[in-house]
Amino acid sequence: MDNLQRFLLLGILLLALLVGGAGRPHATAHSGGAEPAEAPVWQQGEDHEDGEEEDGEEEDGEEEDGEEEEDEEEAAHEREDEERGPGGAEAEDEIPESTADHHKFEVLQQPFASGPEVTRACLTCHTNASAQMIHALHWTWEFAHPDTGQLLGKRHLINNSALAVPSNEAACATCHAGYGYRDGSFDFAAEEQVDCLVCHDTTGTYAKLPQNAGQPATEATEFPPGSGTIWEPPNLQEIAREVGPTSRQTCGACHFSDTRNPGHHGKLSPELLEPDHEVDVHMDVEERNFSCGHCHIAPKHQVEGSRYQPIGQSEERFRHHTQAACVACHGLQVHKESKLNDHIDRIACVTCHIPRFARGEAAMMSWDWSQAGQTDAEGLPVSRFDDEGRIIYDTRRGAFTWDENVIPEYIWFNGVISYTTIGDTINPDPSAPVVINRLEGRYEDEQARIWPVRVFRGVQPYDRERNTLAVVHLEGQDESAYWRSLDWDAAIAAGMEEAGIPYSGEYGFVSTEMYWLLNHGVAPAEHALHCGACHSRNGRLANLPGGYIPGRDRSLALDMIGWLLVAVSLVGVIGHGSLRFAAHRQRQASEKRQRQAARRKTQEESQQQQKKEQ
Amino acid sequence: MRKKQKVWIYARFERFWHWAQAALIIVLGVTGFEVHGTYRLFGFAAASDIHRVAALMLVILAIFSMFWHFTTGEWKQYLPTTENLNVVFRFYTKGIFRGEPHPFEKTRLSKLNPLQRFTYLGFKLLIFPVLATTGLLYLFYNMWPRIGLSGPLTVVALLHTAGAFLLVVFFVVHVYMTTTGRTPTANLKAMVTGYEEVPVTNDTRHG
Repeated sequence: MDNLQRFLLLGILLLALLVGGAGRPHATAHSGGAEPAEAPVWQQGEDHEDGEEEDGEEEDGEEEDGEEEEDEEEAAHEREDEERGPGGAEAEDEIPESTADHHKFEVLQQPFASGPEVTRACLTCHTNASAQMIHALHWTWEFAHPDTGQLLGKRHLINNSALAVPSNEAACATCHAGYGYRDGSFDFAAEEQVDCLVCHDTTGTYAKLPQNAGQPATEATEFPPGSGTIWEPPNLQEIAREVGPTSRQTCGACHFSDTRNPGHHGKLSPELLEPDHEVDVHMDVEERNFSCGHCHIAPKHQVEGSRYQPIGQSEERFRHHTQAACVACHGLQVHKESKLNDHIDRIACVTCHIPRFARGEAAMMSWDWSQAGQTDAEGLPVSRFDDEGRIIYDTRRGAFTWDENVIPEYIWFNGVISYTTIGDTINPDPSAPVVINRLEGRYEDEQARIWPVRVFRGVQPYDRERNTLAVVHLEGQDESAYWRSLDWDAAIAAGMEEAGIPYSGEYGFVSTEMYWLLNHGVAPAEHALHCGACHSRNGRLANLPGGYIPGRDRSLALDMIGWLLVAVSLVGVIGHGSLRFAAHRQRQASEKRQRQAARRKTQEESQQQQKKEQ
Repeated sequence: MRKKQKVWIYARFERFWHWAQAALIIVLGVTGFEVHGTYRLFGFAAASDIHRVAALMLVILAIFSMFWHFTTGEWKQYLPTTENLNVVFRFYTKGIFRGEPHPFEKTRLSKLNPLQRFTYLGFKLLIFPVLATTGLLYLFYNMWPRIGLSGPLTVVALLHTAGAFLLVVFFVVHVYMTTTGRTPTANLKAMVTGYEEVPVTNDTRHG
């Protein structure tokens, strides 16, 4: 028996080793030895602790592992920090960050009067940089979708935030990776017009002057005119010598939307500048500290992970695609629990792992242009903010709503987005908003997976006669610019003309929706959605059409018939049992009566006999 | 008391099989209807985990029991017969209320009455196979493309649900029928100890 017990114990230990070894690197700390090699780079350097943890831990339950894990990770970071202390830092500093010290380059010793001069200097060494850049989305603002054939990109799209680029190029180009994009005549082949600094500045001092076609100020400039805000020219020489990799700050300058001044339509939040573990496990500044470029790698300056051709599809497709996808690092067999892995073919990782969005900072949920134009008593533009300091009304832009910690909406998505581009006919329906970018896919489409989306709702001007969304000339020093004149008619006429589409002269406002796939802000695993979030009658997927989800779906008729049968059988056995019991009692009673009668009879007989005898 | 004799009815494996199966079926029923969304008890994750493990255990048990039934020849116990079926039926609808003795005498060689034969055969040939087949298809849904299946889970899930309801009905009636022995607990005792006490003399008094 002892041998058997030992054998069993050994078997269980082996099993635990196997199971643990295949899963989380920390889960089997007390089995020791095997796992440090598997620990990701950022968690290594803790091998020496394992020995201490081995003793007397055998009986600890599963629950303890989680805590241990966290403690260990914390301890590991402390150790890392210690190692990086005075001695470590020196050791690291001996190895230069980059192979090139831009301070030593002769071509960067000159003063630069303008952006293109800097670019020319960059190109003396990085001779092909612009040749790459002029094909990049950040420059072309144009993308021909290989599957749908639609011509996309900022130049051709219209949205329900800042509307559209044509006629507003000078303002929009603040976020163009180039110089001089003032109007439709911009030369997209002009290599010296590429703006290297807007992405590669590491000083945080580079800024493009608003409404200056993407040029930085070359002399102290007041903008907006008469506002008293002076834009100092950036020190281009200094910035050029300090160039480096892209950062959250450079990407965020255009892609993160500010709650006070949401001028551009970046649907990411500045919460990603310094997120904690709860907000984003990858970009967490205390831990993994990924920059944007960590996932959005940019071979040949072509940044991966564009939303024009997102990876909605399953295995086949995303296996060979891009680094800007969970699967690139995590693979497809990412969960220890195989049933969870079984979900990957039809459910995007983020569906469970981004349980809510706007967890770090409020997200704008809607933009109503039809409210724009209200001024104060003196006819001056106004801005109103809520208690949290978020803008809720602005004369030039309209009304906004915000929300935090928002439950996403869920859709089937197969990777294809159908856009309403400039000039496309819409079908205004008072009962349903116009969907500007329809995410295609349904259950029956095997390529479709369930995705969480942030639906951004807008009310925006459109041509009432021709049923086209309006291109509005918003910013400019001319009288037709809406932000100057607050005259919709003139602004729409100017915008439509610049975009090259006819305008009937009759405008109205239409409700629209845009669907934004949620990709950022992955929550810690313990906060991922639990099974019951979707596997329940009124769960998160209650309104998602198609499929059969256990716990959500059933046949009401079958359930009713089933329970009816169960009820009938219960009534049947209870009835049968009661009848048996009653019959039994009756029988007992009658037997008793018979016995009594018999006894009485014998008594009577004996009495009679006694009488006779007497 | 009248003299009784003990008759050996159920082999040790048979009793183990019966009670293990009973326990697994109860666990499967409780967790299954939670997965179905009928109520919340363990939480979906735990319920489906337990359901999965219990189901696989039941399949393994079924394989063992099939082996046992075939090697021992016990499977013949389930061969249906209409002989005396009406007699047994008459007993449950009439005789039982009059305190008549059960017309069927259990022996080691013939332990199932004609009504039981039909019921258990139905369980073995209909309810269990439907539940096992749809259950395995349900469990290995992700492998469907490899065996040339496609489409949603709907048909399989609904068949599984239907089978489950039949099993609940079977369970209710089965548990009740155990009380219809010579005494209300006689059958239960027999399934626990393997022996049934049978009076030597003709005793007409029944529960």
